[in-house]
Amino acid sequence: MGLKLPCRSLLPALLALVLGACASEGGAGVSSVHMATIRSRGTLICGSNGQLPGFSVIRPDGGYGGLDVDICRAVAAALLGDAGKLQLRPLTTTDRFAALASGEVDLLSRNTTVTLGRDAPGGNALSFAPVVFFDGGGLLVPLASGINDLKGLAGRTICVLSGTSSESVLADGLRALQVPYTPLRFQTADQAFSAYGSGRCQAITSDRSGLAARRTRLADPAAHRILPAVLSKEPLAPATVQSDPAWADAVRWIVYALFEAEEQGITQANVAAKLAEAKANPKLAERRRLLGVEGNLGSQLGLSDDFVVKVISAVGNYGEIYSRNVGAGSSLDLPRGANRLARDGGLMIAPPFR
Amino acid sequence: MGTPSFAAKRLPVAALLPLKRLRAQLAPTVADGLLSLGLLALIAWAAVQLFGWAIGRADWAVLQLNSMLLLVGRYPLAEQWRLWLLGGLLAAQAGLSWGLLRAWPRADRREQGQLWPRHDRIAVVVIILLALLLPAGLRLAGPLQGRWGLLAAVLLALRWAAGRWAADHWGGRLHRRGLKLLGLLWPLLYLLGFWLIGGGLGLAAVAPGDWGGLLLTVVMASFAMALSFPLGVLLALGRRSSLPVLRWGSVAYIEFIRGAPLITLLFIGQNILGFLLPAGMSPDRVWRAAWVLTLFAAAYLAEAVRSGLAAVPRGQLEAARSLGLNQAQALVTVVIPQALRVALPTMVGQFIALVQDTTLLSLIGLLDLLGMARGIMANPEFLGHSSELYLVLAVLYWSCCAALGLGSRALERRLDPRNLAGSP
Repeated sequence: MGLKLPCRSLLPALLALVLGACASEGGAGVSSVHMATIRSRGTLICGSNGQLPGFSVIRPDGGYGGLDVDICRAVAAALLGDAGKLQLRPLTTTDRFAALASGEVDLLSRNTTVTLGRDAPGGNALSFAPVVFFDGGGLLVPLASGINDLKGLAGRTICVLSGTSSESVLADGLRALQVPYTPLRFQTADQAFSAYGSGRCQAITSDRSGLAARRTRLADPAAHRILPAVLSKEPLAPATVQSDPAWADAVRWIVYALFEAEEQGITQANVAAKLAEAKANPKLAERRRLLGVEGNLGSQLGLSDDFVVKVISAVGNYGEIYSRNVGAGSSLDLPRGANRLARDGGLMIAPPFR
Repeated sequence: MGTPSFAAKRLPVAALLPLKRLRAQLAPTVADGLLSLGLLALIAWAAVQLFGWAIGRADWAVLQLNSMLLLVGRYPLAEQWRLWLLGGLLAAQAGLSWGLLRAWPRADRREQGQLWPRHDRIAVVVIILLALLLPAGLRLAGPLQGRWGLLAAVLLALRWAAGRWAADHWGGRLHRRGLKLLGLLWPLLYLLGFWLIGGGLGLAAVAPGDWGGLLLTVVMASFAMALSFPLGVLLALGRRSSLPVLRWGSVAYIEFIRGAPLITLLFIGQNILGFLLPAGMSPDRVWRAAWVLTLFAAAYLAEAVRSGLAAVPRGQLEAARSLGLNQAQALVTVVIPQALRVALPTMVGQFIALVQDTTLLSLIGLLDLLGMARGIMANPEFLGHSSELYLVLAVLYWSCCAALGLGSRALERRLDPRNLAGSP
């Protein structure tokens, strides 16, 4: 008893000391080097591609746009309250992981496929947020060719980009099915697609998102279709460093919030109304928790309790982001497919916000 | 140039009638005539093909919408007036220099004392075409067209005024002062340019990460040239020094840099430096790349300068020493100027290579001219227009390199001892 007393009086003091160090972060005892750095800097530095249609491109006015970029903007909005407080760093495939590991960028949102080697502590030691786009190798064929599935490619000429993963994925996939084909190899995408456009091959392979982007530039886009068969799985996800779990958690749940908002029907346009509704009606417990009217979910992550409201008013929910950049609302017009919500038969699902 | 044998060969041809002269040049024999005809046909065919593509099939909207992106990258729109101002100052300074230097008599020049010699008339036509017809042909926005026209007007007006003034005051005290002032103005303008581009001291700062396109290419190349030149001279002197530490230090540096490809050094600068320095402490990646380029170019330049130093006879140094100059004075006033004159063509070759080396920056994710063009090509709106963009890039890079080559040849002629007699 005599020993416990000083301990009891010391513990809160120690706790206060530890907490004091992270008091500026606004979270209830959440300590994250990255979040503190980003807050003191006032901008989020996001590594992105800069050269991928639909995901990250430079618009003529100098601004960046795309699905990957919108994820960055969502995180900036959640953390700093302003989606514009964002600095985009174009990164190449070779320097993306080094840039993340050396702290040059806070967040990597650059069409990066989740793999074991990249996630494992013994590999690249990344911490992946939820998958924001399920891509995969695909095939584009003219409707008139009558090709409906992979078997239909037997004996056809297929345009491929030499040295890409889609080339080897196609070779593996068709060899497994014992479908013979003639590859016609090209060095650049422009050459390959102009050859396809002029009918030198009856199909062309690439990532499905890339095929969708290129289809818009063909003479008659409606005369071509992307085969439903997916040759490889390329789940693309944002990533942070493993050494800062609190930061990784924040990014993870910001992405989940985009899915959850779509599931609950909260959009950029109606978020204010939905918030007012939730505030007025205590029965909407689920929505009240998500929007921070009730509970302290945001604080537990080291964010403000209303971070979802900030995110959705800045970029909209996942469905809106998808449609705006790669879906029906964009020139790519890529069907949602596997990227639908789980409730609609897709793979996108957010765990409960509670 | 200007040697007697050359003049002797040239005179009789020039004296013939134009048609006969053409025949004498293109078809002295039947076989030569056929060859000339074949080559001319080939060139004409290629020109027609290119022209037909450029007018008919190419879609220049990609350039019309992205012209500023290619020129200055993601430089904030609200701050772009600074770049136009800098462009105006550069045009003014270029016109001034052109006018003042044109009046400088040179033994090898045939048309003396004319305000607009033939070459200048050609240049004026090219400038007018580029500044007025090209923006109009591309249907750039009205204000952009106006600004380009204004730049050309400033350049030509100052060229005219300075040429007139120099002709009136030729050889006088004022003209000599003007030429001296000119030598001071260029470095001043360079520093002013960095201030206008980067901001600070009252202007809103624009981070180097937002510089791009031609602006970034020119900034990187000029920065590397300006700094690698003194570094290269020091390294070359170090390599010939009698102090072993200095000599071996220089040799080790030069051989290390020359033994590694530039792209490796760029990757080291971009990726390894971040791990060595504490987070947030390492300089901006644009500056890191600029320094790597500088240090790389310095090693090659040092070897060019060393070849120049080797070409200066030992007697020059000994004569200078016997006149009472100390070692440093003899080097600076006698040996190095002669060495640099010898090394000039090689050095300019290195500078041209440096301009082309800046394209490697696009491989490390910087948005230089090539990187920016790739970024534009990725925009779904402009997919499939890479030919147009690559053609523009080729013309822009060629212009930069050709300008360097022309400038160096003019400088060579000016520094030629046979032409120095008439200088003020």
